Order: sequence, then structure tokens, then C-alpha cells
Amino acid sequence: MKFGIVVNEGPYQHQASDSAYLFCKAALEKGHQIFRVFFYHDGVNNASRLTEPPQDDRNIVARWSKLAEEHKIDLVVCVAAALRRGIKEENLAPGFRISGLGQLVEAGIQADRLVTFGD
Amino acid sequence: MSEEGNVKKFMFVNRKAPYGTIYALESLEVVLITAAFDQDVSLAFLDDGVYQLKKGQQTKGIETKNFSPTYRALEGYDIEKLYVEKESLEARGLTEDDLLVDVTVLGRKEMGELMGQQDVVLSF
Repeated sequence: MKFGIVVNEGPYQHQASDSAYLFCKAALEKGHQIFRVFFYHDGVNNASRLTEPPQDDRNIVARWSKLAEEHKIDLVVCVAAALRRGIKEENLAPGFRISGLGQLVEAGIQADRLVTFGD
Repeated sequence: MSEEGNVKKFMFVNRKAPYGTIYALESLEVVLITAAFDQDVSLAFLDDGVYQLKKGQQTKGIETKNFSPTYRALEGYDIEKLYVEKESLEARGLTEDDLLVDVTVLGRKEMGELMGQQDVVLSF
């Protein structure tokens, strides 16, 4: 099955990003396809390469980057939501790209299921 | 994008008060873009989300933008399917007359059935 994923909450503050990541990993392991992961609302903060968690904690941002690299997953950050929150090209982590809300709508159209992680 | 096979039923479920968090405002942004993609768009308002449609919003005191006029502009984007949950209105002492746009009021069960008919449900 082809999944579209929406992440609506920031890292560490909320479990949404962790759950979305684990969902993507499990889906890929089962042979499903991740069409795109779209980051919206505070979810755009998952794309900040300035994030530095303590050594003994998971690195949520780096984990997304690694998943994108290994599985060629399209990680898209909403431009309007990102600019509001100070996320720009210059502080974007590897594997993420900034684009418009049309990418979210397209994911809804192209994917068999659009799964939202948020409040 | 307007080919028959590419039109999906998108429902936006609004459950939060208009101010206090940014969900309602950013939800509206997705709604407008989705309509621009010629999709079949409907909006549902439940829980505190019904306050998003309340008449007479004044936001000067909290120094945030009053975006409620946007709901009246939705018609211009051919977004005419607005559903409000009856139980949510009643629990808050509101009636259809308190709302700034024409809506269809549905009971919880009917709302659930309508959600079941959608291809994509985005909840904000």
C-alpha cells in the first residue's frame, strides 16, 4: 500500500513525530511504500538541523534524515508554517525540503491512505 | 488535476477553538489550497471547533488576527459543504443563528457516517 504521512507536532514536546517515524519504519519493513511525509504546524520543527538533544536521548531529526536517505523518502516541510517558526533552507536538516501545501494535497490524492500524527 | 479519477473527497475536521492555538488558522490554509486543486472539499466542525464559526469575534484584546471573515469567503472558492455537529453546539449553548455562515447541522451519528464516506480526513 502507498501511504502519505502528516506530522503536525514538534519533536520531543509531543509523541506525534516518534509515532510517525515508527509507523514509517514498520510500513517499509512490511513492504509498503511511503509516498511522502509532510510536516505541518509545529511539525516543521522536526526539520531543524540546529536540534541538539542530550547524548542519551534519541535524535529525532537525524533519525528522519537517515530514514530519508536509506529509503529515498520525500520529507516535505510546509513553507508558510516553516517561515512562521524560523525554519529556512539555511537550517534545514539533510533529506528535508521546503515546499507548499499543494504537496500535502497531492499526497492525499496519490496515496492510498493519508495518515495524520498529531493532537 | 480535475480529471474524474483524480478527484477525492477531502474532509477537514475542525475540533479546536479559533484562538489559543494555530490549528484553526492553518487548517483554513489547507482548505483553500485543496479547493484550488479542484477536490471535493467539505468541512466539519465539532467540539470547541464550533466556536470557529461564532459570529462577532473580536480579537483586538489578544492582538491576534481575526480570521473569521475567511469562512464567509469560502463560498467564493466553491466550498459550500459545511457541517456542524448538533451535540457540540448544544453543549456550548449555541444554535445555528449564532454562526456566521450557512451550515448543515448533523447529529453525531450522521456526522460519523459522513466521515466514513470520505477518501481523506484531515483533523485539526
